[in-house]
Amino acid sequence: MSRQLGFILRRLLLTIPMLFVMSVVVFLIIRLVPGDPVRTMLGFRATDANVAELRHRLGLDQSLLDQYLGWAGALLRGDLGKDIVSHAPLAQLLAQRLPVTFELTGLSMLLAVLVGVPLGVRAATGGRWIKRLTEAFVIFGISVPDFWLGIMLVLIFAGTLVILPPSGYVPFATDPVGNLRYMVLPVLTLATGEAAYILRTTRGAVGSVMNRPFITFLRAKGIGTRRIIFGHALRNAGPSIVTVIGIQVGVLLGGAIIIETMFALPGVGRLVVTGINQRNYPTVQVGILAIATIFIVVSLITDLVVAWLDPRVADGGGT
Amino acid sequence: MTATANLPAKSLEVGTPRRSPRHFILLGGLILALLALVAIAAPLIAPHDPESVDVHRVLGAPDLQHPFGSDVLGRDVASRVIYGLRASLLVSVSAVLASLILAVPLGLLAGYFGRWVDSTISRTLDLILVFPAMLLAVTFIAILGPGSVIAALAIAVIYLPILARVMRTSTLIVARNDYVAGSRARGASHLRVLVTHVAPNAFGPAIVQASVLSAFALQLEAGLSFLGLGTQPPTPSLGGMLADGREVLIQAPWVEIFPGLVIVVAVLGFTFLGEGLRRIFDPRGVGE
Repeated sequence: MSRQLGFILRRLLLTIPMLFVMSVVVFLIIRLVPGDPVRTMLGFRATDANVAELRHRLGLDQSLLDQYLGWAGALLRGDLGKDIVSHAPLAQLLAQRLPVTFELTGLSMLLAVLVGVPLGVRAATGGRWIKRLTEAFVIFGISVPDFWLGIMLVLIFAGTLVILPPSGYVPFATDPVGNLRYMVLPVLTLATGEAAYILRTTRGAVGSVMNRPFITFLRAKGIGTRRIIFGHALRNAGPSIVTVIGIQVGVLLGGAIIIETMFALPGVGRLVVTGINQRNYPTVQVGILAIATIFIVVSLITDLVVAWLDPRVADGGGT
Repeated sequence: MTATANLPAKSLEVGTPRRSPRHFILLGGLILALLALVAIAAPLIAPHDPESVDVHRVLGAPDLQHPFGSDVLGRDVASRVIYGLRASLLVSVSAVLASLILAVPLGLLAGYFGRWVDSTISRTLDLILVFPAMLLAVTFIAILGPGSVIAALAIAVIYLPILARVMRTSTLIVARNDYVAGSRARGASHLRVLVTHVAPNAFGPAIVQASVLSAFALQLEAGLSFLGLGTQPPTPSLGGMLADGREVLIQAPWVEIFPGLVIVVAVLGFTFLGEGLRRIFDPRGVGE
């Protein structure tokens, strides 16, 4: 138990340098822009006074270390700065945008797990036709870019069948049914590729467990396939599946940047893309910071869950 | 599920049914050769100027003159797809090649010398590997500004740690061989051993991985151009075309379907080629 605790502490401590490095990179975004970022942001019609004013407001007239300390200090106090186009406080903007991204990625991951894990188990233990079918699904899910899949889904469900809206968004609190209707196509788009990865991993992990001697032993003891799969094979394949889910959350967050733009969902990803095109650097910084932080926290949770499922990980052994 | 208990143990075999690697290589190679030919010969094949606007042909449906129809500005979709393919392949393939050129020496050094050389190289590259690819690309472009060269650079940087890691692992395996120790014992320099013995034998898995990554690079490039962060208009790119047609998707689906289909086919080409090559050059699964 103390080893487990030691592992949890070490893993928590490891998160600090990750957050630090990430914050430095995000901090540097605006400082690394070639030329004068303030002139780029304001456009060529800006007066010298405008430029000096914004430069001062962003703290760009101080030494780099002072700038970082000031910026990071403000972040820790919850002061994320202001959007330079709309002048809205970024904390407020983020509070509106984050739930959309959470809903999109959360529902997609849920669907991907619900489809990928059972199909993966079937692929590892089932007959030839289910293997062929799942293999085709894996190739399809991995090779088809999600935005093209999105286009096809829109054509089918919004263009031909006209049963779902092609794009747009209403908050869940305002209209729960409407919200879910808008979410169906983006979630299907994002979840398909993820389900393929999870299926492949589950198939591999369960398959390799099924070949181990203890499974043969359990069979010899007369234990049913269902109990062997759920009681033993999945239990042993769990850590690999959870690891892949953790990694794929990153891919989902990246995919959400495209899918939010494509389906006009007002999430954090779309905020970043609009920000880059408008040279709205403070907003870009906050958006990237938010996505990267979510990813770091999810990785942390994944590692802790894996260590809980397989205590050998905490001992430094691994599966 | 209960029925499987009575099936013979053979049905519990792991993974995909074994197919000949030659089929994959042949299929992938054929697709890619065809696409490369189209991309290279774009000026000869394209029926129209991809950038010429025609107000009389706005969102025209496919016909004999314009087999893929025309877009919002009346431009010929077929010609734009051909030129777009050229841009997309150029960006993604050159990005992966640049990444490979940097990754091979880094991986060789890390795997061959080990110790501090290894930990310096590996830990530095791990920093890149921690974050999701799309987020890195977007961050990179947020700094340097949108454009096809920047997009290629971003993709190259993102795949560098993956390729270097594969190269390092296969170098570790090759360097353990007796002929490497023998060559050193006969007085060959480290450089000579690396170049003549280790590198040629450790190269396979990296090539396989590069082929697989090209499929992802193509998708990433298309995604970035779709967001307006990659290849800039008026230069046609497959991703950019998908963005242009988004508003008129339901009225004029041909504006979206054809560029998308070409991306899918190209991605499949790289995936098949990579899968076939993997079964020949990386049977140990170093690149997995």
